[in-house]
Amino acid sequence: MTFKLSSSPHQHAQRSTSDLMRLVIFCTLPGLLVQTWLFGWGTLIHLVLAIVVAVVTEAAILELRKRNFEVAIKDSSAILTAVLLALSIPPLAPWWISVIGAFFAIAIVKQLYGGLGFNLFNPAMAAYVVLLISFPVQMTSWLPPESLTQYQANFADALSVIFTGFSNDGYSLQQLQLGIDGHTMATPLDQVKTNLTLGLTYNETLESPVFAGGLGVGWLWVNLAFLAGGIILLLQKAISWHIPVGMLGAIAIMALVFNGIDGDQYASPLFHLFSGGIMLGAFFIATDPVSAATTNQGRIVFGACVGFWIFIIRVFGGYPDAIAFAVIIMNMAVPLIDYYCRPRTYGHARSGK
Amino acid sequence: MKSIIDRIRQGRLWGFPGGIHPPARKSLSNQSSIEELPLPERLYISVKQHIGVAGRVCVEEGQSVLKGQALTRSANPFAVPVHAPTSGIIAGVINHPSAHPSALPEKAIELIPDGKGQWAELSPLPNYTAVAKSKLIETICAAGVAGMGGAGFPTHIKASPKKDIEFLIINGVECEPYITADDRLMREYAWHIRQGIDVLCHLLSPEYVVIAIEDNKPEAIEAMKVACNDVEQYVVSAIPTQYPAGGEKQLIQTLTGKEVPKNGLPSDVGIVMHNVGTCYAVADAVFNGKPLIQRVVTVTGESLQQPKNVWAAIGTPVSHLLSECGYDSAKQSQPNIIMGGPMMGFALADDSIPVVKITNCILAPSAEEIPANPVEQACIRCGACADACPVSLLPQQLYWYSKANDFEKANEYNLFDCIECGACAYVCPSDIPLVHYYRTTKADIRAEEEEKHLADKARQRFEARNERLIRDQHERDEKHRKAAEARKQSMQSDGGSAKDKIAAALARAKAKKQASADESANQSANVTTAPPAENSTTETASISPTAPAADDKKQKVAAAIARAKAKKLANAAAADKPSTDAGEDNAASPKPVATDAVTENADVTPDNNIAESTDTTSDDKKQRVAQAVARAKAKRAERQQADNNNADTDNEDAGETQKVETQELDKDAIKKQRVAAAIAKAKARKLAQQNQDNENNS
Repeated sequence: MTFKLSSSPHQHAQRSTSDLMRLVIFCTLPGLLVQTWLFGWGTLIHLVLAIVVAVVTEAAILELRKRNFEVAIKDSSAILTAVLLALSIPPLAPWWISVIGAFFAIAIVKQLYGGLGFNLFNPAMAAYVVLLISFPVQMTSWLPPESLTQYQANFADALSVIFTGFSNDGYSLQQLQLGIDGHTMATPLDQVKTNLTLGLTYNETLESPVFAGGLGVGWLWVNLAFLAGGIILLLQKAISWHIPVGMLGAIAIMALVFNGIDGDQYASPLFHLFSGGIMLGAFFIATDPVSAATTNQGRIVFGACVGFWIFIIRVFGGYPDAIAFAVIIMNMAVPLIDYYCRPRTYGHARSGK
Repeated sequence: MKSIIDRIRQGRLWGFPGGIHPPARKSLSNQSSIEELPLPERLYISVKQHIGVAGRVCVEEGQSVLKGQALTRSANPFAVPVHAPTSGIIAGVINHPSAHPSALPEKAIELIPDGKGQWAELSPLPNYTAVAKSKLIETICAAGVAGMGGAGFPTHIKASPKKDIEFLIINGVECEPYITADDRLMREYAWHIRQGIDVLCHLLSPEYVVIAIEDNKPEAIEAMKVACNDVEQYVVSAIPTQYPAGGEKQLIQTLTGKEVPKNGLPSDVGIVMHNVGTCYAVADAVFNGKPLIQRVVTVTGESLQQPKNVWAAIGTPVSHLLSECGYDSAKQSQPNIIMGGPMMGFALADDSIPVVKITNCILAPSAEEIPANPVEQACIRCGACADACPVSLLPQQLYWYSKANDFEKANEYNLFDCIECGACAYVCPSDIPLVHYYRTTKADIRAEEEEKHLADKARQRFEARNERLIRDQHERDEKHRKAAEARKQSMQSDGGSAKDKIAAALARAKAKKQASADESANQSANVTTAPPAENSTTETASISPTAPAADDKKQKVAAAIARAKAKKLANAAAADKPSTDAGEDNAASPKPVATDAVTENADVTPDNNIAESTDTTSDDKKQRVAQAVARAKAKRAERQQADNNNADTDNEDAGETQKVETQELDKDAIKKQRVAAAIAKAKARKLAQQNQDNENNS
């Protein structure tokens, strides 16, 4: 009889990489549902599109690389990338936006670098940046929350807009974006940016219908939903607290300082924390283990720097939101951060490595 | 330190970073008391049981031994003997698969029990405080006690520290899942362990003794508290259940907040740690005189019908333990026996491998309990490994560098601080066998270092050899140089005498010539011969003390010169015959020349003899000048002779030759000597010719 030989440890924790990925996907559900509820079916349609394209691309490239794609597909990492991308895309963007994005994320950003674990950049965010730069109009055409729009779009309308550009009633995307008063509704972040350049103060801007109680209508709920999902991840120990806390802390501190200096020019910390995709970014995107820093100390630095860049680009840059840019910038700094942020090994002098 | 013990008493411990909480599964085996097992048919007692060196086998095949009789012996302090676990007959000293992951055959003593269990004579030391500590340590060593918790470090060495000990920590943590051997031992033999602690305490004189037990063993904690409550110095501490809290370094950190420095020992921070099983063995050795011949082994796992703790004789094959506990191989998809716990134990390649002193567990898990090796997936850099690492390493980075065989980087990331606890590999979601990578890389690095060491040695040898060769060469050269110098020196000192000889020969030749001249010449000739005669006597006198072997060449030259002169003289004598006036002239003319020569030479030396002795220091230039002068004079003399049309040059010539010889003395003037000799010869010939002509003319 042959004995089974294996190296210690013989026992293993039950959580596998695919479990981890699936857990993260499940934790995006609250945010996904709230976003769908508030902004229409478009997100779900893009989600399905992106997942299909991502999985097919992953399988095809693994086949080309002569790897066993069945095992790789099962780890659900491609699905997670697709989910994160779909959540970032405006709900009624044309179908090819998510197709191009998902393909780029998997083929170029992930597989060309060697597949899972080897990509330098966060695939979803790299794809998002490519889309934003290539198709700025489509990528910034966010609908206002349904409660504020003149025309309501049901599932069939959303499907029609995404694939044909017009709803079943013949409304274009631009018409769908119109508010009750007939004005095109921008996202809160856009609104703040535009109005500040128009010479309005921050507080005057808040009187716009896209705001309620000093925060963007709808976006507060989306962010709260992602925060809830993120807290589940933390409790499940799927992610460590270092990156979200570093990132949110940096944004809050910078917003507090600038708002304190000039409240007319700079938005409040609360507005910054609950606008755009901050919570999605803090708990689901910046925490992508592959492209983030790996040591706890490094994670705090990484998170804080991401927060710093988000604030800088939002306030001083040309784009209303900047999670993707900030994450990509800091992805490049990860090797450096990891090199300098090493824990002190047991029994070694404190100053030494 | 007082504050440390206060904190321990209050249960405010420090803890260590990382750690994991694997399912403990201890209730499988800790429900019943430790059982005695029937002996197996054969025992295989490994000669090398632990860290350190193996002893020398002191029994032979066919010999019958008593229970507790020492089977090996060694003078090495890092060796402890092994003993016969029961009485029986030695079947042989064989190579048997060893209790090591490699299962490589190692020397083992095969013993067939006779079933009598007859004890050898035991010599207990109940009054251990009354004997010298060295005697006590010797007793512990002779009983073969080695650390029973992990590596099996010889206990007597750890019991005789060189430094002051603040804390003696008794490790009853047993953090590894499944294992309950120490748990049961503490529950059932708490007093026995306490006695062992007393002995170690006597040897180490620590300020406090801390007995650390994980809080998932409340019965053991209670038992030890009861056993130790009468001594203020002994503190039983319940520590949080967390793997690997029982690691030596981790336990020290948990209890005291101190860290054992890198490459250091616990005694560097005033701590010594012993396992509870070791305390039991020490007590057995001291109070009963019994050597370490059995230990508690947890035989557990779901493929056993009766998992339990047993007293296993050292050398019992694992198969015997398994069959005694109802091993059901049908519950496993493939035979899978682990010696040690599921975290740090190793899979056995053979079930005939025997129990050794450090075997605390035999685990036979069912297929569901420990599934087949999971497939390794890509690292997603999640960092769960770093969070779990109890020594704050970066397992992920170590993994990359191990995989890339980048030994330098692996070292830089402190690979060798890894205690191989397996926490990282346990938590890895991608099921990467991290510890296996580290072990391989460590082995590779060690091999490389060994190789490098050997290469260094070889290089050193080579360089040393080269140096030696060069040195030898230098020495030889130096010797040769010295010899050459000495030769030169002696040549120079000899040279004087050689010249003396030459001079003497010349003198003799002249004397002969003179004599022949006298024969033919008149009275006036007597006047002429007088000075040379004087010369010759002085020169002969100077030769006599040192008459060594002169330079051949010089001799030959001198001889040639002498011959030439002799010929010339003979001719001159023949020429002199006709006129005695010439004799007058002869006597008159050489004088001023000779005086000249003397005055010329006076710069250097006033006299030929003196010149000879000091020529080594004389100036080249002056000599050359002198030579030139001499030549000029010779020429002038020639002219005179030609004018005189007479043989009156003879004496002068002789004087000149003498002068030339003076130059010969010069160490650098061999060439000149030859030239001079040639000139002399030429002159002699010319003179001879002239004389001939003269004769013919006359």
